[in-house]
Amino acid sequence: MAITAKAFKYGDDINTDYIISGKYKFKSADMEAMAVHAMEDLDPHYYEKVKPSGGFLVAGSNFGMGSSREQAPLVLIHANTRAVLAKTFARIFYRNAINTGLPVVECDTDLIDDGDELELDLAAGVLRDVTKGIEIPFAPLPPVMAQLLADGGLVEHFKKHGGFAVS
Amino acid sequence: MSTIPGKTIAEKIFSAHSGTDAYAGDIVVADVDFVMGQDGTTPLAIRALENMGVDRVFDPAKVAVVMDHSSPSPIEGVSALHTMMREFGKKTGAKVYDVGCGVCHQLIPEAGHVVPGDLMVGCDSHTCTYGAVNVFSTGVGSTDGAAAMASGKLWFKVPDTMKVTYSGELQPGVFSKDLILALAGAIGVDGATYMALEFHGPVVDALSVDARMTISNMAIEVGAKAGLMRADATTLTWYEGRGSRAPQPVDPDADAVYAEEITLDASAIGPQIAKPHAVGNVSAIEEVAGTPIAQGFIGTCTNGRLEDLGIAAAILRGRHVHPDVRLIVAPASKQIFLDAMEVGYIRDLVEAGAVLVAPGCGPCVGTHNGVPSDGENVISTANRNFKGRMGNSNAFIYLGSPATVAASCVEGVITDPRKYFTGEGA
Repeated sequence: MAITAKAFKYGDDINTDYIISGKYKFKSADMEAMAVHAMEDLDPHYYEKVKPSGGFLVAGSNFGMGSSREQAPLVLIHANTRAVLAKTFARIFYRNAINTGLPVVECDTDLIDDGDELELDLAAGVLRDVTKGIEIPFAPLPPVMAQLLADGGLVEHFKKHGGFAVS
Repeated sequence: MSTIPGKTIAEKIFSAHSGTDAYAGDIVVADVDFVMGQDGTTPLAIRALENMGVDRVFDPAKVAVVMDHSSPSPIEGVSALHTMMREFGKKTGAKVYDVGCGVCHQLIPEAGHVVPGDLMVGCDSHTCTYGAVNVFSTGVGSTDGAAAMASGKLWFKVPDTMKVTYSGELQPGVFSKDLILALAGAIGVDGATYMALEFHGPVVDALSVDARMTISNMAIEVGAKAGLMRADATTLTWYEGRGSRAPQPVDPDADAVYAEEITLDASAIGPQIAKPHAVGNVSAIEEVAGTPIAQGFIGTCTNGRLEDLGIAAAILRGRHVHPDVRLIVAPASKQIFLDAMEVGYIRDLVEAGAVLVAPGCGPCVGTHNGVPSDGENVISTANRNFKGRMGNSNAFIYLGSPATVAASCVEGVITDPRKYFTGEGA
């Protein structure tokens, strides 16, 4: 199923402290309350811009560098971020995103401008910049991750198989 | 002549733990020897375990949870999370390190929970620290951590390895922190994304385990998955009376295949500073010397060990912290605190005007214990200087060695510490 939403564009090396500051991450386990602070140190208005009708977080290289906090993909999800599109991702964030159900797409984000209307069909492997009328190619997920996503994330994978059943 | 390609440390450890002949790029499901979580990540792991319908851990002797990031609790929300962790420990038998025990990345190796040759995961990005003692250790998120706690296994992509060699020798007043900051400056914050680093060379061989941990700790700051070193006589001596199991040192093969190799001449490296707001924003200290500071911090999983406190104490002994500066010190563990008291470092530091806070992460992660004010410059021995890291996005964090932080706190401005090691101390 295709997701259509606006692009909200940021730069390179967005770290997990920017995505959700450590000072909030310890306050509670309530992701809904924490989500209002998503991306706050970089863009204080991220939540109010993205929450109402959803959005794609578009970034440069090395998105999600830094800590292992799973609150990072979780607050983005709770802020109604439909997917993160970046040139490259930091390793732990990438795994955490898949595990928690936040789609992550590696593609040439130089082709996308802030405010562009995007359409993403993960299953079909198609990303369109509707504003520019172009299709943007992206690499498919590694098979093991596709398998975990197909099961509905790591928790569901475990419930289904009673442990790891990846090949 | 064998045609089978040699293996890196990472490839050997993943082969041994997955029962496969693993090479870089392979996906393996591997047995983990230990799983750790801290107070910022364990609550989500506990929730993931509940969602999986799992009410035990695979082996209570191989799981520990540590209250270090916000500890003792500064606020009710954290108190509730700590309670959740204590109850998890009671229910599952997992080891609980309560407030004041110290930073997870000191406690896990210090207690001998991991030994050379092990594979372990921790729900904290600086889990890469134990690469210094020949453990393939890496940071994972809470859900991956929960899967490992439940099953004793996790899936991995066997990483490529970048071989980092430090040639030459360290100059007086220059420390392992400067070596790893120099690497971050050279290759950038994504220079080794998804790779393991292997550290080699005479400079590394000559370092203590404390100093080696500083280097491995920051492997993640260049994007790496692990920061591995060989287990040599220094490592094995350090493990005497410590390990829960016999060390199984893993050396790389002489013909191991490295994706990249880089050599840095330590003789040419002086004190390094990572400037705000990125760890890769590194310059020689000469460029920033004279920058006024309001707060210094010595501690963390990077530089809160006995040797670090000793270096700071040597500079501060008989001197005083500048009147415009606050110096906060957090020993990395209770044992280090006790050892530092025993040898007099704590007295030296406190008499010089330092404020001691509980063993743990201290102000590094911005939850308590020294949040800087707007516009203030902080010099810290930590591993991250992201905007807002210490709890105020309007502050500026500089990273350096314990010697650089101590010297800067004496003078009130960022200071080259080398003069304190060459008999020309201020």
